Amino acid sequence: MPLITYREAIKQALDEEIQRDENVCIMGEEVAQYNGAYKVTEGLWEKHGDKRLIDTPISEAAFSGMAIGASMLGIRPVVEMMFMSFSYVAIDQLFNNASFCRYMSGGLMNVPIVVRGPANGGTNVGATHSHTPENMVANHPGLKVVCPSNAYDAKGLMKAAIRDNDPVFVMENTLLYGEKWEVPEEEYIVELGVANILKEGTDLTIVSHGRCAMLSLEAAKTLEEAHGISVEVVDLRSIRPLDEETILNSVKKTGRALLVEENKPYCGVDAQISHLIQLKAFDYLDAPVHRVSAIDAPQIYAKPLEDWQIPNQERIIAGALKIFG
Amino acid sequence: MATLIDMPKLSDTMTVGTLVRWLKNEGDAVANGDMIAEVETDKATMEVECFDDGVLIKQYCGEGTEVAVGDPIAAVGEAGEEAPAGTSSAPAPAETAPAAPEPAPVAPVAPVAPVAPVAPTTPAPVAEAPAAPASSSGTRIKASPLAKKIAAEKGLDLSTLQGSGPGGRILKEDVLNAKPSAVATDTTSSAPAAAPAATLEALDIPVTNMRKSIGKALVGSKTQAPHFYLQIEVDGAPLAKLRAELNGKLADLPPEHGGTKFSVNDLTLKAAAEAVRRVPAINRSWEGDTIKQHPNVHLAFGVAIDDGLVTPVIRDAETKGLREIGAEAKVLIKKARGKKLTPNEMSGSTLTVTNLGMFGISDFYGIINPNNAAILSIGATLKKPVVNENDEIVVGQVMKIGLSGDHRTIDGAVGAQYLQALKEILEAPATMLV
Repeated sequence: MPLITYREAIKQALDEEIQRDENVCIMGEEVAQYNGAYKVTEGLWEKHGDKRLIDTPISEAAFSGMAIGASMLGIRPVVEMMFMSFSYVAIDQLFNNASFCRYMSGGLMNVPIVVRGPANGGTNVGATHSHTPENMVANHPGLKVVCPSNAYDAKGLMKAAIRDNDPVFVMENTLLYGEKWEVPEEEYIVELGVANILKEGTDLTIVSHGRCAMLSLEAAKTLEEAHGISVEVVDLRSIRPLDEETILNSVKKTGRALLVEENKPYCGVDAQISHLIQLKAFDYLDAPVHRVSAIDAPQIYAKPLEDWQIPNQERIIAGALKIFG
Repeated sequence: MATLIDMPKLSDTMTVGTLVRWLKNEGDAVANGDMIAEVETDKATMEVECFDDGVLIKQYCGEGTEVAVGDPIAAVGEAGEEAPAGTSSAPAPAETAPAAPEPAPVAPVAPVAPVAPVAPTTPAPVAEAPAAPASSSGTRIKASPLAKKIAAEKGLDLSTLQGSGPGGRILKEDVLNAKPSAVATDTTSSAPAAAPAATLEALDIPVTNMRKSIGKALVGSKTQAPHFYLQIEVDGAPLAKLRAELNGKLADLPPEHGGTKFSVNDLTLKAAAEAVRRVPAINRSWEGDTIKQHPNVHLAFGVAIDDGLVTPVIRDAETKGLREIGAEAKVLIKKARGKKLTPNEMSGSTLTVTNLGMFGISDFYGIINPNNAAILSIGATLKKPVVNENDEIVVGQVMKIGLSGDHRTIDGAVGAQYLQALKEILEAPATMLV
């Protein structure tokens, strides 16, 4: 199986979907002629031309609104946010209009758009460029959101997102763009709402998503080797729809849960998952649910501090050990 | 920067301590010299001292928790400061702090003597139920939801279990490892229909630090010290007469006029110390490469306490009068029952006396208090037919004294000479009053 980068996997998904469905197009700042700010769409404009790759003005509100309107008429736009933080500029279009069209039209209109772009910290780009708004998206009924942690999932989830008939946010990660994973050449889809057990274990469930799932997997190995704690790592992949069953089955098996995410802790995704676990697996818990998330402060600009602000292996291991007293 | 306060090693044999009670709570201001917690060692309940000024920002363990020596129990820092992560039973490699400051060194403690107890004024309750895990901090039992569920399924009473989780929480493992107790009357269909009714209460009693320590010391002594046993019969009448006279005159006097009351134990302790002056070789200890003969008699005696026994030591007993020994013994017994003996008060014995006479035991042999050369076992003074100097069979008062000796340190002859000396003193007890 070829080893390809996360960036390449997303590009393959976009390329294949453009070829599969004539209604799929990509729009955003510098996505066409410049090959994308993070080179995710490299070569696609050359290959598919102006009709399918559209460079937009620097106005997230405008091109998001355009995408929503186009999608109502049958186009399936993939909107790139240079940073997912910039979706805040288009908050009325994306969080207000896109989410509720299906409901407010009594099911007559739907909005099959994909909003994709990097949503992560850890790159020293400051407080306004480091948001991880998957919790915000998930807080809007009508929106869907996925956070692929690896190249295989990035490709499979992107294809599922493009084919989905509702607005789907795909939260990418600039720190993962250059990382490589095995990705099959033959076509596959990763369904929305299906979590992935990255590693099986018996003593502790770590629930995580995005890049943190990979950090958790590494931490799990250390916990097993150095501390004899057998850890099961559940990668959510999809925040909404959420695979409750996989989370609950795992927690019921291990009796303990550590939730790891890069979201800020307050009303983060894991606050919701923590609630889910206590509600539906209360009698299976042998310890309180613990969380490791970003430290609750604006994203810190100083790199050494930011590296500690977002979860790292040390913090995940310490968080896990705390559960065991 | 916060300072961690670790579980101190309060005795030679201590590997874990149980945090009995917090004296300072999180958020309390503390100063150098403050006592922050009470810790039950294998010997006694001791207070843990704080050597820093600041605020107690974190308690790493709840009351009732066992903490390994060297693991942090608390952190002291500035108000609002984040406490460092405590180590767990599986400490992170980064946290193996090589030179954690040991709190004040405490004199080494003699191992708990494997001896029989001195008469308790009231017999200790034998079958006291083990304390509920969180009973020291309230009546609520801390158990995880999972543990509660499994306990309910198995019909187990959680109050009989000891929690191994953080803060003493009862975990799944604790429930799974527990055997069903007879207290829980589970009448579900899974119970065998024809199980005979239990007439006695079944209990799984957790092994306390003290019992562990007694077990360790006893096994050590019985396996390492080759015991030999001697017994001598003493005419108990003169001692009983002396005691009756002393108590008859002194018991009713107010203390300031010298009023006091002597037990048989006080008299035998005094006699045992006095006899050492005649046979000093009994006052030896096995030191591995050398055998040490001690210049003073540090006389240990067994005191029964709840679920165990301790051996406080009367120092320089050969220099002390009967009144002094009696008074000191009373104080030590009282401290022992309150678990307030300091390690110092239980260490350094050179000879041990144990007494089961008050239970009517006529004769027995104690196990040697480790490193002592011998232990004396005092039996009851019982009326027996004896042959007097005129070859007549008369009613006598017979007291049997056993001696267990460590054959590495002393031989039978030394033990015999010592018992002989003791017999002479006890049969003419006025000689030990001068």
